[in-house]
Amino acid sequence: MNDVATSADPTQERITRRSDPRFEVTLYRHVGVPGAQRLAYYREHGGYEAAAKALRTDPGELVRTVQESGLRGRGGAGFPAGLKWSFMPPDDGRDRFIVCNADESEPGSCKDRYLMEDDPHQLIEGMMIAGHAIGATRGVIYVRGEYYLAYERLRDAIDEARAEGILGPDALGTGVAFDLILHRGAGAYICGEETALMNSFEGLRANPRLKPPFPAQAGVYGRPTTINNVTTLASVVHIVRKGADWFSRMGTDDSKGIHHLQLSGAIRKPGVYEIPMGIPYREAIYELGGGPDGPAKAFIPGGTSCPLFPFDDAHLDLPVEYAAVAKAGSMLGTGALIVIPEDQCIVDAMYNVTRFYAHESCGKCTPCREGVAHWLPLLFRKLLEGQGTMEDVDLIEELSGKIRGTAFCPLADACVWPVQTSLAHFRHEYEHLARHQAPLHPRKDRWKA
Amino acid sequence: MIELQSVPPFFEDKPELLQEILDRYPPYGRRSAVMPLLWEVQRAERHVSEARVVEIAEILDLHPTEVKGVMSFYSTYHGEPVGRWHLQVCSTLPCALAGSDALCDHLVRELGVVPGETDPEGRFSLQKVECLGSCTTAPVVQVNDAFYERVTRSRADALIEALRRDAPPEPWRERGGDAAGPDDAAAEADAAPRDGEGEAR
Ligand SMILES: Cc1cc2nc3c(=O)[nH]c(=O)nc-3n(C[C@H](O)[C@H](O)[C@H](O)COP(=O)(O)O)c2cc1C
Ligand code: SF4
Ligand code: FES
Repeated sequence: MNDVATSADPTQERITRRSDPRFEVTLYRHVGVPGAQRLAYYREHGGYEAAAKALRTDPGELVRTVQESGLRGRGGAGFPAGLKWSFMPPDDGRDRFIVCNADESEPGSCKDRYLMEDDPHQLIEGMMIAGHAIGATRGVIYVRGEYYLAYERLRDAIDEARAEGILGPDALGTGVAFDLILHRGAGAYICGEETALMNSFEGLRANPRLKPPFPAQAGVYGRPTTINNVTTLASVVHIVRKGADWFSRMGTDDSKGIHHLQLSGAIRKPGVYEIPMGIPYREAIYELGGGPDGPAKAFIPGGTSCPLFPFDDAHLDLPVEYAAVAKAGSMLGTGALIVIPEDQCIVDAMYNVTRFYAHESCGKCTPCREGVAHWLPLLFRKLLEGQGTMEDVDLIEELSGKIRGTAFCPLADACVWPVQTSLAHFRHEYEHLARHQAPLHPRKDRWKA
Repeated sequence: MIELQSVPPFFEDKPELLQEILDRYPPYGRRSAVMPLLWEVQRAERHVSEARVVEIAEILDLHPTEVKGVMSFYSTYHGEPVGRWHLQVCSTLPCALAGSDALCDHLVRELGVVPGETDPEGRFSLQKVECLGSCTTAPVVQVNDAFYERVTRSRADALIEALRRDAPPEPWRERGGDAAGPDDAAAEADAAPRDGEGEAR
């Protein structure tokens, strides 16, 4: 594991604490400020200066800058952004696309939503820069259907940008052509998976596609495409404006720059918190989130698709870092941190999770269609309804093991990861249900007056 | 199929809207218009009927089954009309940890409909939905296009009461952490309550 607390070179000490005086909230700087969504406001605060610079810069240099910054994708997988951009084939005269994944549906996640609602021009600017870097003259923003306000704000912002010549055949007067297509989803989690998103955008059912070919070879309409998350693209604006060093000075060797933790569940001060990577989970949960609102037994670090951690010192001391979280057996994911209280029946919580994936399974492949969409939630229900046996607990375990790694896309794994870890850490709760036909922690009414 | 002829086509008197939607996409991507077209119909008619499926298929030069296939994939297009006020209660884990089950039960009792149902007057319908991306301000109810966040018991009652008068409050947009804005903006916001706060309390 990287030792994040002590940086190797003291002259270049990294920022790995939110409380570090050198840290400044940047992507979220204007979120929550009334009127920040307007072009005039954005321009008053330096808006589109980075794009004006970038569109006059050689695309190769932009790709190198983003590679140097260490930016990794914020959509969940953490793939290095600059490296992904470098996969685009040489220009062969065909249209090329930059796609923004704004489908944000991973339970616990909401960081992209506020960026789009309150600072839509920041995303547009990020798309212009990314588009220029990969040679795309068209961008697509695929925003989940439920985000109606975000859609309206983006639509108005795109109109403003077109009217001012920021978008269009001569973007910002640089001679570079760039325009955007804003497209709404209609309620399906799988559309967040990049190839399913492309099918959905093309007006097909949103089943994931076989890879390869990868999007850079054949993406939207079979044309070269790069797809990035909202927060990834918004980060690019500041990397261009302030330099790769500014970004890479935050975080650890493995995970550089800014991330956004979204604290939900049993926590005193839920919300979105911009952090330098590398801060310990303890600092995030206690100093930013005010601590759990009662005894807690587990937390999920990156949305429900990630294995859960017991709420103990070893896990609270982990840094918010891709490598460290992976080494400890989970994933940083989208940074959606869900705190599970001690008195919450873990079987009930995992039933909720399996039900989600059952609902969202696209039905394309057998392990997921039969296992995730049918048998897993059924077995959970059986246990919770007091009809379960120890064999059912074993069956949940066995079935989860067989689903893992056998499905067409990661959705099925996403379902069984939290289930498997809940069995590893809280098997006694499953067994209690099987033995006593009643949960160790009865359901309680958590709704506030 | 015979009765289909009697319904005037939805887009017949909306040529500009139709053209604007088709023009969003490149010529080789005409099919991309299927979702926005479905949505226009869903929004105006609160469901997408067979006749509309056929109409959209004709516009895009597709088979109706292809349009049906797309439509059935998503949870926000409905084959049967939803209510004038369509309440979607998030039931995923972060909302469940904030009491969304009790909230949903309360709505069932108050509105007299179960999830998936529309009342006989076509006024209210209820749907249990999955994570709406508002987990840090749970629990959340989406009414038509608007989010109502941190829906407490008293807020739920205020919401129902207002909807019964067909006068929905301004959406309760809650924020937490850096999403609430910088401290000075937060202080201003404290002095002047945000939209909808008045009704909420
Ligand atoms: C089932 C599934 C759901 C996903 N949902 C999202 C999502 O809602 N938003 C997102 O940005 N990425 C999502 N992803 C990740 C995308 O496939 C893709 O990796 C990402 O958009 C790439 O952008 P990035 O490199 O900037 O993170 C999902 C992946 C899977 C397998
Ligand atoms: S794993 Fe599930 S969501 Fe993914 S392709 Fe298979 S059925 Fe579809
Ligand atoms: S769980 Fe309800 S909004 Fe995310």
